[in-house]
Amino acid sequence: MSYLELLGRVAPETIIVITALVVMAVDLVAMRGEPLRNRFWVSAGFAILGCVICIGWLLLIEPPAASANASGGLLPSLASMFTDDPLTRLVKVALLALTICTMVISVEGTFTDHVGEYLALVLMATVGMMLLVSSTDLLMIFISLELTSLSLYILTAFNKQNIKSAEAALKYFLFGGMSAAFTLFGLSLVYGLSGSTNLTQIRAVLSSGAPLDPLLIMAMVMAAVGFGFKIAAVPFHLWAPDAYEGAPTPSAALIASGSKLASFFIFAKVLMVGFAHAGGSGAWHDYQAGWLPVLAILAALSMALGNLAAIVQSNVKRLLAYSAIAHSGYALLGLLANSPQGVSAVIFYMATYGLTVVGAFGVVAVVEQSEGDARISNFAGLSRREPLVAFCMMIFMLSLAGIPPLAGFFGKFYLFVAAAAGAPNLGWLWLVIFAIAMSAVSLYYYLQVLKQIYVVAAPAGQRTMKAPLTSKVILAMLAIGVVALGCAPNLVLGKLLGSIKAFGL
Amino acid sequence: MGLRGIMNHFPILTILTATPLAGALLLLLLPAGNQRLARGLALAFGLLGLLWVALMWVNFDATSTKFQFPEQHDWIESLGAQYYLGVDGLGLLMVLLTAIVTPIAMLASWRINDKVSTYMALMLMLQSGLFGTFTALNFFHWFIFWELSLVPAFFLIKLWGGPGRSAAATQFFIYTMVGSVAMLLSFLAIFWATKTFDFKLLADMGQSGQLTSALNAAFDGWLPSRHDFLPLVIFAGVFLGFAVKVPLVPFHTWLPSAYAEAPTGTTMMLTGVMSKMGVYGFLRILVPLFPEQMRLVLTPLLWFAVATIVLSACSAFAQRDLKRVFAYSSINHLGYCLLGIFAVVKFTGGEEPWNNEKAAALNGVLLQMFNHGLTASILFCFVGYLEQRSGGLRGLNDFGGLRKVAPIFCGLMGISIFASLGLPGLNGFVGEFLIFKGSFSLATWATALSVIGLLVTAIFLLTMIQRVFNGPLNVKWSGLPDLSWPERFVVLPATALMFLIGLCPQILIGKINVTVMHLVEQLKF
Amino acid sequence: MLAWTVYISFIGVVALMLLPASQARRARGVALLAALFGLAVGVVGVVTRATGMQTVVRKPWIPDLGISFYLGADGISLTLVLLTGLAAVVGILFSWNIETRAKEFFAFYLALIGGVYGVFLSFDLFLLFVFYELAIIPKYFLIAIWGSTNREYGAMKLALYSFVGSAMVLVGIISAYVVAGGKTMNLLELAQFPFPIAFQHWAFPLVFIGFAILAGIWPFHTWAPTGHVAAPTAASMLLAGVVMKLGAYGALRVAMTLFPQGLVFWRNEIALLAVIGIVYGAMVALVQKDFKFVIGYSSVSHMGFVLLGLVTINSIGLNGAVLQMFSHGIIAGLLFAVVGRMVYDRTHTRDLTVLEGMNLSKALPFAAGTFAVAAFASMGLPGFSGFAAELQVLIGAWSAFPTFAVLAGFGILVGVAYTLRVLQKSFFGEPVPDAEHAPHPLPPISIPERIGAVILLAATVVVGLFPNLLLTMIDDGFKTHLFDAVLRNGGAS
Repeated sequence: MSYLELLGRVAPETIIVITALVVMAVDLVAMRGEPLRNRFWVSAGFAILGCVICIGWLLLIEPPAASANASGGLLPSLASMFTDDPLTRLVKVALLALTICTMVISVEGTFTDHVGEYLALVLMATVGMMLLVSSTDLLMIFISLELTSLSLYILTAFNKQNIKSAEAALKYFLFGGMSAAFTLFGLSLVYGLSGSTNLTQIRAVLSSGAPLDPLLIMAMVMAAVGFGFKIAAVPFHLWAPDAYEGAPTPSAALIASGSKLASFFIFAKVLMVGFAHAGGSGAWHDYQAGWLPVLAILAALSMALGNLAAIVQSNVKRLLAYSAIAHSGYALLGLLANSPQGVSAVIFYMATYGLTVVGAFGVVAVVEQSEGDARISNFAGLSRREPLVAFCMMIFMLSLAGIPPLAGFFGKFYLFVAAAAGAPNLGWLWLVIFAIAMSAVSLYYYLQVLKQIYVVAAPAGQRTMKAPLTSKVILAMLAIGVVALGCAPNLVLGKLLGSIKAFGL
Repeated sequence: MGLRGIMNHFPILTILTATPLAGALLLLLLPAGNQRLARGLALAFGLLGLLWVALMWVNFDATSTKFQFPEQHDWIESLGAQYYLGVDGLGLLMVLLTAIVTPIAMLASWRINDKVSTYMALMLMLQSGLFGTFTALNFFHWFIFWELSLVPAFFLIKLWGGPGRSAAATQFFIYTMVGSVAMLLSFLAIFWATKTFDFKLLADMGQSGQLTSALNAAFDGWLPSRHDFLPLVIFAGVFLGFAVKVPLVPFHTWLPSAYAEAPTGTTMMLTGVMSKMGVYGFLRILVPLFPEQMRLVLTPLLWFAVATIVLSACSAFAQRDLKRVFAYSSINHLGYCLLGIFAVVKFTGGEEPWNNEKAAALNGVLLQMFNHGLTASILFCFVGYLEQRSGGLRGLNDFGGLRKVAPIFCGLMGISIFASLGLPGLNGFVGEFLIFKGSFSLATWATALSVIGLLVTAIFLLTMIQRVFNGPLNVKWSGLPDLSWPERFVVLPATALMFLIGLCPQILIGKINVTVMHLVEQLKF
Repeated sequence: MLAWTVYISFIGVVALMLLPASQARRARGVALLAALFGLAVGVVGVVTRATGMQTVVRKPWIPDLGISFYLGADGISLTLVLLTGLAAVVGILFSWNIETRAKEFFAFYLALIGGVYGVFLSFDLFLLFVFYELAIIPKYFLIAIWGSTNREYGAMKLALYSFVGSAMVLVGIISAYVVAGGKTMNLLELAQFPFPIAFQHWAFPLVFIGFAILAGIWPFHTWAPTGHVAAPTAASMLLAGVVMKLGAYGALRVAMTLFPQGLVFWRNEIALLAVIGIVYGAMVALVQKDFKFVIGYSSVSHMGFVLLGLVTINSIGLNGAVLQMFSHGIIAGLLFAVVGRMVYDRTHTRDLTVLEGMNLSKALPFAAGTFAVAAFASMGLPGFSGFAAELQVLIGAWSAFPTFAVLAGFGILVGVAYTLRVLQKSFFGEPVPDAEHAPHPLPPISIPERIGAVILLAATVVVGLFPNLLLTMIDDGFKTHLFDAVLRNGGAS
């Protein structure tokens, strides 16, 4: 295979890299001295253009045939490190969409002067996520993880005027670095046990051994640490509240949406392809050692802690952070199902969750711009001051709570069904019941936010809030999207299930 | 045939019940100010009812045991509820009583000034409820009227009554409801066992013992399996419903307050007709459906009757409020009815001389119902007149020597008192005499004890005459006006009726005898 | 065509949202139009009904999961659709005077109505659940924004209780779906599936109680009095009148049909809870000092009859239960209308001791008359719809649990007592000759209120005298295949 073909394989990522460089260049060269808003508009315009081109490529250009593996040389092994199939493309499209939304809500931001750098970093993070999603090799996974994480650390620290931003980024970085170390160690153990870094080959080797090797268990736990950190599952969640609160709102949005979708997807791949036969069982009265019971514990803890801690929050960004932890817990149920339906559920859920949470952060950005910070009390009377924005927030909050006919409801429903069907004799029902119970608890804190927005009157003498038009447009579009995906999920479900089955998960 | 034939196909009973309702509706829609119009209209509708009953009376076939002027339509098939009306001798008598007492009660309420049209409308609604109760032959249909008659009575007491009216009205309503709910539950059990609400069918089943066996079969295993226990419980429920209404001691405690606090016209309705609902229920429902059960508990029932008669008479003697005196006296008089009924239930195997005694007793019961209704209402009417004249006083010791200033009043009231006493020649005598004659051979000791009631009644009534009419004139009342001509117009017809029935009871007995014989026949075994 | 009841409600919501803020008065007109249209569709549906079950709309929705958009109607659905139509129209009439944020009020109101219509017409479990959950949010806002006493607490309590109830139902639905193969959510098909007995033993109470929480089953009823008192009048009317019936309907339509053996296993316990609810609700109502609390607890008591009727599992009892759903819907609407709109809006107090001294029967004769009739109807006096319904439930109960029938009768008596008490204290108390509180004349009862009251009064009298109008429909509904297994297992009557 020639370098050209290789480049063709990573064309989407390449497009984004080029876009990032263009954005930086344009900003540095042409936009010095322009008002901040114009700089953001222009740079974001270019960035979005690049993403759109990439999406077009992904949707329109056929993936190469599976047999395009030439023999010999360095390149073949490179080619086998990542894949390009319909499922991966779907997830990449979702990632790009989320990135576009994030960039749109960042347009009105005033937290930084370094516009070009900011957007370029966002794009680089996206590149990392896209590479992550198409990895089939342990090393590739690690590299992509690091690319994503490093970009996100810096994005978190971008607000130089707020000390919390720096603190958040430092915590994120230290924590991330530690878990990266754990992950690497674990992955190297896997290499030691299986002799290969390719997921398919690992599966082949590990399936032969009958009893579970203690070393393998160690490896799986360590991998879980790493991935758990990325998805902010308990007990690897300690960075999340500070990061979400301190980071500039668009960065938080990206962390909450794209990064999680990508991490979940690759986690699924690693577990279901690589560790396919080391699952064990966590079903009621039927415990067997493996990664399933471990994940079950993570899920239960995440749902519990996320929901219960969110109840006492007074800052909406922190509330969203804890809710993100809880939602990771729900999504883990999809993985526990260990079936195509489960994977479909996870991807659907994380994609729609991503849309919803970007929207929520968008509303937070609007309020932050006007009031200064994101305390719950600042949302008071929003329904009278900005009815459209308030209504969009209602859609987002209710979707997160799981109220039909919104996307969040269907996503949760799908996850629960997949989990219930995942083990024979309704083995996972205990966890599903727990999840539903915790979901019921979550309604309380989402309603608290909505109560401020709709029920509580705005304090007297408040200056009118003037939400910028771009924000309103993007929020409206996201809200429509959430409702549409809730009312007609079959629009994407069919394709999703089809491509999963084709992938062979 | 002719007119009678036409009558039998003409929905006279529906019209009878609907007429007062129509009148009530009209009155409610009338603008509030015009009191004379309201009173006149109400009286007109009341008298219209009397006209319908007169028509029925004339066309009633006194030789038939069937229910006459029948109307029967399916209403709610799945529940066996039918719109089923009809009268036999008993029903006719009760309907006549209602038609007579209501206009008199309205006339006695002529002085009411407050919300006249509502008052009269409620009276008419009450009359409609009573007509309905006495003519209905299907439990669902009958129960509607039974319950609905409570509502106007409640409001009449509550809104126009004396100082203690709230408590009296509430007590009245709740007591009656307790009985009604018990009765309802029992009838629902009966329905579940027999799938019918029809009184006639159920009576047949009761006679043949089918009812008992159906109940036992349907509720097998619920209560301890002693054979008689379950039907007895069901019987107790129905019994309670009627016992509260009559009332039977010890379920009578609602009555004195209710009668005392209610305005005069309402008390007349209460004592004149509503109390008869209970006795009617005994005759129409309890006895035909549960003869076996009644025989099982005959002795306790007779004790209840005797207690009612004697204790109420003694209580009447102890009262100081004239209205309460007559209230307890009402309980006493109705006790005789129950004595007669319980005596008749006794098992005698259908032999001739016993049948005659039973027929006598039952005739007496029906007559007593009618006569007491008439007499008691007039008595309360008189007390009402007295109250109006004295500015609200109606104590036994408040008056004295009224004969000197209001001779006509005392004379006419005296006649009514003697009628209540049971003086031969007046209507009260016939009924009581027949009851005692019939019951003496059937339930000797009970009858003997009841004579005490007669004695005590005589004592307190004569005492009343002595304290109120005779004796030294209390100076306060020297200016007491005598009975005015309108008032005489109200009481004279009733007084005449008392004499008429007293001297010629055949007028009534002629119509009811066949029904009575039929009832006795059914208790053959 | 019946689906239009749902569609028009949501179209109404959108129309109201787009109405400019200056046109607030138009809002109530738009809402009334939508509600009237829904009622008209309901009436036409009742009049032109076919026997058995008819399919209204059936389109595949999410085929990969076997979920379809399946709306249908049988006699039971039609009865409740009719009730919803009446309650919706009358509720708007009684809210004619809302001034603050009228647009949003009617938008939430119509959203709630739309959800309720949807539940009554759904025959796909997923769809039914969607509408059921969807109705929770408008309730929260209606109470939290326009309510009175303790409204934020009441609203949150109601929302959370409802959500917990539906969480229980969701667990049951998912389990049933998975056990039946995960291929279909069609209620009719799932009802045919022979679920294992051991499964039914835990699934049935989970789903039944989950739904019954919304119906106010004891001891999970405490949201009802608090919520009803906190809610504004129209919302209370809807809550007690229609939304509580959602719970009972769900229990009937889903829990009982899917798990007939489970039903037989648990019926005595549920009957016990129902009877406790009847008696307890009545006894607590007897001692309340707040007018609205009396009515709130009376709703709990009346719903006990519905639940008792449901578990008698014979056709008389079941018919009675559905008839009681309709009857209580109307009567509760009347009671709350009088308490909230006619009395509280004018006197600004619900304390019975204070009201006693106000001599309201003179000041508000129409309200007094309406409440008197409503009170007697609520007692179960014959001639009104409640009698026919309670009669049937009691007959059904005699066959299944005679002791409970007697206890229920006792409950009726306590009902008479508290109703009489509240009637006396509220309207027919002794006027207090108190100079300092000389009552300024109260505004008269307005035309929309009168129309609303007359509609409801007429409904309860007509159904009371001619219950066959509804009973034929209801009986027909129970004769469909869906209820075969239920009636068989219970020993059909």
